[in-house]
Amino acid sequence: MASSLIGSRVERKEDKKFLTGKGRYTSDINLANQTYAYFVRSPHARATISKVDISKASNAPGVVKILTGDDLAKDKIGGLIAGWKIVSQDGTDMKCPPHPPLANNTVNFVGDHVAVAIAETLDQAKDAAEKVRVDYKVLKAVVKTGDALNSKAIHDGIDKNLCFDFLLGDKGKTDEAFSKADKVVKLDLVNNRLIPNAMEPRAAIGDYNSSSEELTLYTASQNPHLSRLILSAFNAVHPEHKFRIVAPDVGGGFGSKINAYAEDAVVAWASKKIERPVKWVAERSESFLSDNHGRDHLTHVEVALKNDGKITAIRVDTIANLGAYALVLGTVTPTYLYAPLLLGPYDIPAACCNVKGVYTNTAPTDAYRGAGRPEATFVVERIVTEAAKEIGMDQAEFRKKNFINKFPHQQCLVHNIDSGDYHAHLDKALELSDYKNFENRRSQSSAKGKLRGIGFSTYLEACGVAPSAVVMSIGAGVGLWESAEVRFNATGNISVFTGTHSHGQSHDTTFAQIVGDRLGVPIENIDIVHGDTDKGPFGMGTYGSRSLTVGGVAIVKACDKIIEKGRKVAAKMLEAKPEDVDFKDGEFVVKNSNKKKTIGEVAFACYLPGTFGDIKSPLPEGVEPGLMETSFFDPSNFSFPAGSHICEVEVDQDTGETKVAKYTVVDDFGTVINPLIVEGQVHGGVAQGIGQALYENAHYDESGQLITASYMDYTMPRADNFPEIKLGFTSTPATSNPLGAKGCGEAGTIAAPAAVMNAVIDAIDTDISMPATSEKVCNALQKNKKNKEAA
Amino acid sequence: MQKVSLEINGKKVSREIEDHTLLSTLLRDILSLTGTHIGCDTSQCGACVVHVDGKSVKSCTLFAADIHGSKVTTIEGLANNGKMHPMQEAFKKLHGLQCGFCTPGMVMSAVDLLKNNKKPSDQEIRDWLEGNICRCTGYQNIVAAVKEAASKM
Repeated sequence: MASSLIGSRVERKEDKKFLTGKGRYTSDINLANQTYAYFVRSPHARATISKVDISKASNAPGVVKILTGDDLAKDKIGGLIAGWKIVSQDGTDMKCPPHPPLANNTVNFVGDHVAVAIAETLDQAKDAAEKVRVDYKVLKAVVKTGDALNSKAIHDGIDKNLCFDFLLGDKGKTDEAFSKADKVVKLDLVNNRLIPNAMEPRAAIGDYNSSSEELTLYTASQNPHLSRLILSAFNAVHPEHKFRIVAPDVGGGFGSKINAYAEDAVVAWASKKIERPVKWVAERSESFLSDNHGRDHLTHVEVALKNDGKITAIRVDTIANLGAYALVLGTVTPTYLYAPLLLGPYDIPAACCNVKGVYTNTAPTDAYRGAGRPEATFVVERIVTEAAKEIGMDQAEFRKKNFINKFPHQQCLVHNIDSGDYHAHLDKALELSDYKNFENRRSQSSAKGKLRGIGFSTYLEACGVAPSAVVMSIGAGVGLWESAEVRFNATGNISVFTGTHSHGQSHDTTFAQIVGDRLGVPIENIDIVHGDTDKGPFGMGTYGSRSLTVGGVAIVKACDKIIEKGRKVAAKMLEAKPEDVDFKDGEFVVKNSNKKKTIGEVAFACYLPGTFGDIKSPLPEGVEPGLMETSFFDPSNFSFPAGSHICEVEVDQDTGETKVAKYTVVDDFGTVINPLIVEGQVHGGVAQGIGQALYENAHYDESGQLITASYMDYTMPRADNFPEIKLGFTSTPATSNPLGAKGCGEAGTIAAPAAVMNAVIDAIDTDISMPATSEKVCNALQKNKKNKEAA
Repeated sequence: MQKVSLEINGKKVSREIEDHTLLSTLLRDILSLTGTHIGCDTSQCGACVVHVDGKSVKSCTLFAADIHGSKVTTIEGLANNGKMHPMQEAFKKLHGLQCGFCTPGMVMSAVDLLKNNKKPSDQEIRDWLEGNICRCTGYQNIVAAVKEAASKM
C-alpha cells in the first residue's frame, strides 16, 4: 500500500466540503455582536488631504465609530512594510515612503485608504462612509511606468521616484562579449500590468476579547503566521502571543493574499477600540483597486550572438513599476526573483541586468503567480525567438544549441542549477505537439483564410523561495524555512501541522500522501492542519511554489523523527536492540524474525507507558512519553523546474481575433507526488499565462483612474477561450531535498505568455505588445497591409 | 418590508425581508446558506448560481421578493441523503476544483446544462460555462468533469 502513494492519482480529501457548500471562507463567518466596516477610499490618484470631517458621519444611523489616520497615529499603529531590502548599485539602500494603513495627509492611488466607517449593518456603514467629508487638494499624478523617472517626485525625498537602481551581473565582461559579437539582436518589451483576481475577494474580521486580551483576526491570507509577525512587530496592532490569525478556507491567492493589508490592520485595531467584532468583505471593485497588482515592466533587451547561433551575452534594462508604495515582496519580485532568471535554461557566459524600481500613483504591485519569473521568461524567450530568426535557425535547434547540458551548472548570475535534462522535455514536447507537421497545419489554416503561427517557450524557474542564509544575505527580512509538526494520536491516527497554507493547492491530499507513504498509515487516518496560528508552529506560508519543496520536506523530516523514536519504543516492546529493528510499510520488524509491532501499537504504547491489565508497554529508559515531533527545514538550494511550451494560434485576418489552436506542455517537476493535482496546477497556470498574453490588462487613464475595475472591463479568461491543453512530463529529481520535488504551482504562468506571443508574432509577422487583443492584432494586420502596398 | 415564502432545498421558508433583498443576501446572510458565494458586483462571475424552479440563475441579480412561491435549490441541496450528485462526484474524480470558491456556482450551472443537453460536446460545455469564472483550474478538468457526469446520468 504505502509505496504506491507517491505518484498516485489520489482524489482530493478536501473536495467534499467545497462541493457540498460546506467550505468556510472568511466572509462565511459571522460573530455575535458583530459590526460592519466600510472603507472611505481616495477617488484621486494623488492628493493632499487638508481635513477629514467625520462629524456628519459619526451621527449617521447605526454608526458605532468612524476612524481616520489621525486616530491611527494617536494609537501609534505603524505603517505597512516592504519585506525585502534592495541595495542600489551605488551602495545606497532602497527608498520607501511611509505607508500608513489609513492616510495621514496624502493619498497616492485611487483606492488608497482614508477612513473607515463602522456600523451596525453594512448598509449603515456604507451610508456613513459617504458622509465622511474629505478635503482633497488634487495634484498631478504620475501614472505611466515610463514617465516616473522624468517626473516630479510623488513622495517627499524620493528623487526621480526611484526606489532602487539595482544591478546584477558583470558589466565589463558583458560589454566585451557584445564588442566581439557577430550579431546583436535587440527588443523593446512591455510586460502588461495584471490584477490577480482570486475568485474570493479579500475579507477580514477582527475580534477582540477585552477580558482575556486576546485578539483574533480571521483573514483571507496565504501566510497567517507571517501576517501576525508583521502586524505585531511593525504595525504594533497587538502583541504576538495574544494575537491569533485564522486563515480558514481561502479562495485562491496567486500572490494577492501575501501582504498584511491596511484592512487587516484596521479591522484588528478597530475591534480593540470598540470591543466588538468588526467585519469587512471586499466588493470586487475594491479588489480591483486595492489588491496588489502584478507585472508592469518596460524592458530593453539585447543578446550577443556568434554566427553559429551561440549566445555569448545578454544585457537587460528594465523599469519596474512598484505602484504607490513598496509592499512585502514588491521590491524582491522585480529584482532577485527576476534578474537571475534572465539566463533562461541557456548556458550564457556573460550577463548584466539593471532594474530601476519606480513609484507611480497606481495600486502597489507585488508578487503575482510566478513573481518576476514570468517577466524574465517573457524577456528571454522573446529575444531567443528573435535571435533564432536572425541566425536563420529552427527554433528548437537554436534552443538546443544553447541549453545547459551538464549538471550541476553554476550560472553566471546567481543560481547553481542542480539537475535537469532540457533536451528531454523539448524533444517530448516536439513529439507531443506534432511539430514536424506544423507547416501542413499552417497551410490548412491558410486555406480557411486564417493565419497560423507557432511559438516556443522553454523555461527555467527557481522555486522554493529559500534557503534562509542566501535570501537573508540579499535583503530578505525573514528566513524562508518551513515548519511541520506530526502528532500521532493515541488511537493511531495522525494530525499534521504545516506552516504552509492551502488556498487551492491541495495540501490536505498531497501532504497526506507523503505522510502515508513515510509512516505506512492510510491517508484517511491523516489530517493536515493549517491556517491557524494557535494550532501549529510558526510557518512562512505558501508562495513561490515552496509548499512541497520546503514545507513537504519539513513533514518528511518530522516523520523520520517519529520513526526513530518509534524504533526505540518498538525495540523495548519486542525485546530487541533498536539497531535490529527495521521500519517498513507501517511496521517495526525485528531483523530475521516475524516479531513485529505496527506503528499504531507503538504510538499507543507511547501514550500508555506502563503496565495495566493487558497493556504491557513500559518505555525504554530515557524515552519521553508521547509521539509528536517537530521539524524546521531550511533547504540548501532553490529547486529548478523546467519545461517546454509549444503554442499554435490561429488569427482571423478580418477581425484580428486570435485563438489558441493547440497548446502543448512538457514539464520536469522532479518527483511528482500526485499527477492529478499537478496537472490541475499546470492547466490553471497556463490559463493565467494565456490570459496575460491575449486578454488581461490593468489600464489606468492619464489622471490615474483605473478604467478596468470590474469584470465588465477587465477580461478574465473564460472556459470558451481555451482548447484542451496537452500535457507531458519528464523527471530529473531535485537533489536539494529528499523528496526530489521541484515545485509546480507557477510554471504554467511563467512560460505561457512568451509561447503565446511568439506564436502570435509568428502568425502576423509583426511585433506587438501584450495583450494581443483583436483590436491590436487587427491594427497590426492593417498596418502590414498598407506597408506592403506602399512597397 | 414584505413577506416572502419559498421552498429552499425542499424546506418551506418564510421571512419578512426588505424589498431590495437579493436572493443571494437572503440565502447567505439571513438563512446562513453560505455555500452560495459572491465573487463580484456585476453579475459576471457566476459563483452565486442557484436553481430557481429548476433553472440556473445568478442569485445576486434577483430580488428574493420577485420569486415568491418558487422552489430554490442551492449547492447545499444538491446531494441526496448524503450521496453527492453525479456532477459533484465527477468534479471530485477529475479534480474539477481547486480553491473551491467558484465551485458551487460552476456545479449548479453545469447541472442545468445537462438538463437541456444530455450529451454536450466540449465546445457546448465551454460555451455554456462562459458565465462562470474560475481562476484556478483553467477549466480543462471542469469540462472533463461535466462530460463524465453526463456519461453517468
